[in-house]
Amino acid sequence: MQGWFSILIMIALGAGFALVSIVLSSVLGPHKPTPEKAAPYECGMPPVGNARERQSVKFYLVAMIFLLFDIEVAFLYPWAMALRDLGWNGFAQVVLFMLLLAAGYAYVWRKGVLDWGSDHA
Amino acid sequence: MVDTFVIPLLKIVIVLNATLVGVTYMVLLERKVIAWAQSRLGPMRVGPYGILQPVADAVKLMIKEDITPVRADKWLFTAAPIISMVPALIVYAVIPFGSEVSLFGRQVTLYITDINVGLLYVVSVASVGVYGIILAGYASNSKYPLLASLRASAQLISYEVAVTLTLVSVVVMAGSLSMVQIVNAQYNSHVWFVFAQPVAFVLVLIGGLAETNRAPFDLPEAEQELTGGFHTEYSGMRFALFFLAEYANMIVVSSVVTTLFLGGWLPPFPNVAAFGFLYYVPSWAWFLLKSFVFLYLFIWIRATLPRYRYDQLMNLGWKVLIPIAIANLVVTGIVRVLLL
Repeated sequence: MQGWFSILIMIALGAGFALVSIVLSSVLGPHKPTPEKAAPYECGMPPVGNARERQSVKFYLVAMIFLLFDIEVAFLYPWAMALRDLGWNGFAQVVLFMLLLAAGYAYVWRKGVLDWGSDHA
Repeated sequence: MVDTFVIPLLKIVIVLNATLVGVTYMVLLERKVIAWAQSRLGPMRVGPYGILQPVADAVKLMIKEDITPVRADKWLFTAAPIISMVPALIVYAVIPFGSEVSLFGRQVTLYITDINVGLLYVVSVASVGVYGIILAGYASNSKYPLLASLRASAQLISYEVAVTLTLVSVVVMAGSLSMVQIVNAQYNSHVWFVFAQPVAFVLVLIGGLAETNRAPFDLPEAEQELTGGFHTEYSGMRFALFFLAEYANMIVVSSVVTTLFLGGWLPPFPNVAAFGFLYYVPSWAWFLLKSFVFLYLFIWIRATLPRYRYDQLMNLGWKVLIPIAIANLVVTGIVRVLLL
């Protein structure tokens, strides 16, 4: 528990540093807002429309594949720790698991999810 | 009392201060090195050879007007820089800067804490920083930051898969997630892991560049396409926090790569009797020297290489790094089980 307590203190000090510097700069800095200054930056032209429009579905697909792979990696960490005790048996089981995932990986690759070239946009 | 409270607290304060000062001087070093690479002088005005430039920059950023755009989500707009800054700072809790020193008759360990899931802590805390970038783009409610933050988050999660997958093979080698135990495993095997895991070393280095948004993977900040990237709408201290977080992350990556692959605080040829004289150099000096080499390498790469195109970047992450990482892990596992 000793170790995690130090980390809590670091979180508090780090957030405190960030907050204090933001507050200090708002106290020390000037405040002369103008409509132009507070408008979103669009290269000096008047802003057109809202920024929160639809985005390319590519980003969502990447996020979904990321979730699958990251969960796989989360399973691998305890396996890596215990590999000395598991031996060939444990190794074979994880390789089987990774082969299943690799099949899915090959599928998304063939479907073009990982392609970002102009002809797939 | 002294051992449980005062010393850990002192260590935390020293590490946080050293980090923040180190980060500001890292910026100066980068400006200097890039200037030399381009036959310029770099900052020269503030103090001799510009060594007081970081102080001037800090004061300047502190007294700038801090603008919140009208369309921005005010609370998230302020929370985003804090969310990027805090993870960059708290990773240092588990990084071993050295083994032990004796100060005033007391044995002091040169790390804040040695939790048994150290490496997992580093990986998970580092990925929290992505939220800062996403929120900055979303809260700005402006087109350039939003596009940049989407790009940045897609890039970060792509390379995170490759890096975490690669780090598993280091865990297989060391048999532990504790950062101190990983260094000790390198001591016991007489060799730095960079020689046992050269492929993993290169993968983590490339992934580290991409995770810190550094050239040649600095697409989230591609000035020609996205103006300032996800912090286009930021000014004053809130901008400075993003900037500090980026450089703090660079120091984190250098320290983690040093710990995992270059033996942390160990000298070259660890635990070999013939090279015992290398232990006269203090452990923290080896650590700082090795980390500095990586920081210099980051700057050198930025001064040398052009930026990737976005499709090239995603191809490299998903179609090259991840298959190599998986193959490396399988080979490492086979060798590990064979050597039982």
